[in-house]
Amino acid sequence: MTSKYALRINGQSFSVDADADTSLLSVLREQLDLTGTKYGCGEGQCGACTVLIDGRAQRSCLTPVSTVSGKSITTIEGLAKDDRLHPVQQAFLDEGAMQCAYCTSGMIMSAVSLLNNKHNPSGADILKFMQGNICRCGTYPRIVSAVRKASAAGKEPRP
Amino acid sequence: MTQKIDLTAGLEPERYELHSPASIIFETNRRDFFKFLGAGIFVVCAAAKTPAFQESGKTRRNGEENLPQEIDAWLHIGEKGEITAFTGKVEVGQNIRTSLSQAVAEELHVPLASVRLVMGDTQLVPFDMGTFGSRTTPVMNLQLRRVSAAARDALISLAAKRWNTDPTQLTATDGKILDPKSNRTATYSELVKAQQITEVLPSEDPLIPAAQWKIAGQAVPKVDGRDFVTGKHRYPSDYKVPDMLYGKVVRPPSFGATLVSADTQETDQMAGVTVVRDGDFLAVAAPTTALAAKAAAAIHPEWNYQPQPSSRELFEYLKKNQLPAEGNDNSRYETGSVESAFSSSEYRLNSTFNIQYIAHAPLEPRAALAEWHGDQLTVWTGTQRPFGVRSELATAFHMPEEKVRVLMPDTGSGYGGKHTGDAALEAARLARAAKKPVKVVWTREEEFTWAYFRPAGVIEISSAANADGKIIAWEFHNYNSGTAGFRTYYDIPNQRIQFHAVNSPLRQGSYRGLAATANHFAREVHMDEIAASLKMDPLEFRLKNLKDERLRAVFEQGGKQFGWSNPRGAHQAFGVGGGYEKLGYVATFVEISLKPGSGEINIERVLTAFDCGAVVNPDGLRNQIVGANIMGFGGANFEAIEFQNGRIVNNLFSKYRVPRFRDVPPMDTLLIDRKDLPSVGAGEAPIVGIAPAIANAIFALTGIALHSLPMAPLLISHGYQLS
Repeated sequence: MTSKYALRINGQSFSVDADADTSLLSVLREQLDLTGTKYGCGEGQCGACTVLIDGRAQRSCLTPVSTVSGKSITTIEGLAKDDRLHPVQQAFLDEGAMQCAYCTSGMIMSAVSLLNNKHNPSGADILKFMQGNICRCGTYPRIVSAVRKASAAGKEPRP
Repeated sequence: MTQKIDLTAGLEPERYELHSPASIIFETNRRDFFKFLGAGIFVVCAAAKTPAFQESGKTRRNGEENLPQEIDAWLHIGEKGEITAFTGKVEVGQNIRTSLSQAVAEELHVPLASVRLVMGDTQLVPFDMGTFGSRTTPVMNLQLRRVSAAARDALISLAAKRWNTDPTQLTATDGKILDPKSNRTATYSELVKAQQITEVLPSEDPLIPAAQWKIAGQAVPKVDGRDFVTGKHRYPSDYKVPDMLYGKVVRPPSFGATLVSADTQETDQMAGVTVVRDGDFLAVAAPTTALAAKAAAAIHPEWNYQPQPSSRELFEYLKKNQLPAEGNDNSRYETGSVESAFSSSEYRLNSTFNIQYIAHAPLEPRAALAEWHGDQLTVWTGTQRPFGVRSELATAFHMPEEKVRVLMPDTGSGYGGKHTGDAALEAARLARAAKKPVKVVWTREEEFTWAYFRPAGVIEISSAANADGKIIAWEFHNYNSGTAGFRTYYDIPNQRIQFHAVNSPLRQGSYRGLAATANHFAREVHMDEIAASLKMDPLEFRLKNLKDERLRAVFEQGGKQFGWSNPRGAHQAFGVGGGYEKLGYVATFVEISLKPGSGEINIERVLTAFDCGAVVNPDGLRNQIVGANIMGFGGANFEAIEFQNGRIVNNLFSKYRVPRFRDVPPMDTLLIDRKDLPSVGAGEAPIVGIAPAIANAIFALTGIALHSLPMAPLLISHGYQLS
């Protein structure tokens, strides 16, 4: 039985029909055409589907849509402001921190969440926080450099 | 040792997934295509002059090569000066969209931003076998440089005609043709306006030597990087068309199971759901993934099971289930007499290595969107072989290839794992039944189960050496894993090297570097064991048995930068492994340390020295080298597919560990940029050094000879853990 859910995504309001246990990931991708958020495993192990819920990284594949009504959801599409990239996006570009880049959305959202809560994370902090995101191409060292660079770039505007 | 670039070499037998029925390639008529692009200059290829065209461009037809409407267009310069290059190579993260654009921009003297690449669209690009074997740089980069040089030549001719001057006096610079005498210039767009010119390859125009490159050779960032950091880029799994349904395949419970019956009563009643049963293929399509999953679950199939082998007995199985030898020359090499050398040698050594199956686990699983318009089929899919998938579809649906169009949007990686069209076939079959477009995206479990694996294998080496440090005999047998890199590059007078094909218990096929990873591992680990028995330094021992200059260079220069001759601490050791693969030369060095009083071995740092000729993009190259090492670390340390009676036991990321952030030690690269030599690929070769380098460092530290990939189980049995 489907219900209506009011969602606040990237500053816009949406109303969707879905089963209560439908994942936020499939709502984003199938109903709202926000395909920047990726499917990688469906069990919260790879981080490709990471979005921000009230500023914190969450795996959208394991997040039932019924639990996020009324919360502020940010996806990769909502990070740049008026064509100006978020510092984390810019840092990923500057460091060339991608190959196939399928993991990139999730990596960036995780990094934004980390920097929202800790402006100057240590190397150990970065590894610990990012450990749940998989990059099969092996760009990990560049991603760490990008997170450091974004951190050094200064204040992170909280999305 | 191969010194010349041999691009005509046959494919390795371990590319099992390619053993599909042969097909004849007939292109669609190109007239519409030329009309579509409008005026300007086309560079086309009309003759097969180089080996490159055996895998790219049309060569299979007789007598039609000179018909302009049937030839392959490689490059177009439009009336606004926009430059479009066409290639059947595809982007899966190796960054060739950037490196190939660099090649075009370089030869045409235009800014990189004015070059656009159309890749992997079977209707628009010249035929291409596929993106594998690290051939994009040696073949396609060269090809696009040639066509760009031909276009440059055509532009110069146009300008010379316009100015009534000698074309040899004109030069191309910054998107213009310049007459240095009169200082007249004409932009490319001015020159091509209202023209429809076809310049035919091959042209004799010289290419710009690497030493003079201005755009190629530079660390250019990914050309469309912004689309990826903003989520704008559409991968195959992101594609959507109006009225599209989502497909879901009902999989057999185990390998080899066949469908006896399927009770679809419940599913048949579901509104908007299409059910397909065709042989053993059972699947549904529905307007949402949720409904598709519900419909699939409501089907009650009955399967006929076949007993299947399990990973517990894998290595005995591989030795017992050899296939009859095919008499294929590529699977055997012999020189001198190993028997007589063994009987006269001072030192003899035997080792047996076990290599497990591993999975590619590309982060984007297989995905395809199929759409029928009458008898025309269009499929967007993530594949390294768009033309191969086109053949598969044409065969499966008993239709001519020109009625099938396969498009490959830049895809979420492959590593040799996306050579087949499984998802494309499934989506197309469902779409035909549903009479609507259907998208199929495999789940992670499906990807871990129904894709193919890197072959497992058993490798046996017997060697003989003299006290002076010279290897005199080398016998090498590879069971199942494959022939890539199985020949030794060390100078040994007596050799017997043989590949033994096996009836594999699992579906297997290409993987980054193919069997070169296993063969280099076994060879390089065995080298250290010989060196130890001779009490020689492993690097010195290698160089003593090695003549090839480029390989010596990576070992020597890498060793120097790494500090190989530095003293080792009490709980510290160095290891090296390297070789030659897919035209590239690699040597990887690692430093490890043991935490005293514990079994914890830590990799402190890794250095990979690499020579792939003239470097096209040093930034992209470093990314590939480091990435290959990290990927290789997984197969070296912990990755292994576990299977039991036809089921994959570890079919999730929670059960199959892949390298993550904390696994990565400091990684350094040393690029040996040979501007005097042709550029070759780098996606595969850099993966082969890491496993033996780690194993050899551990051998130096602990004396344990690690004869298995992955190494972790054996290490743990000795009380050690590698991190």
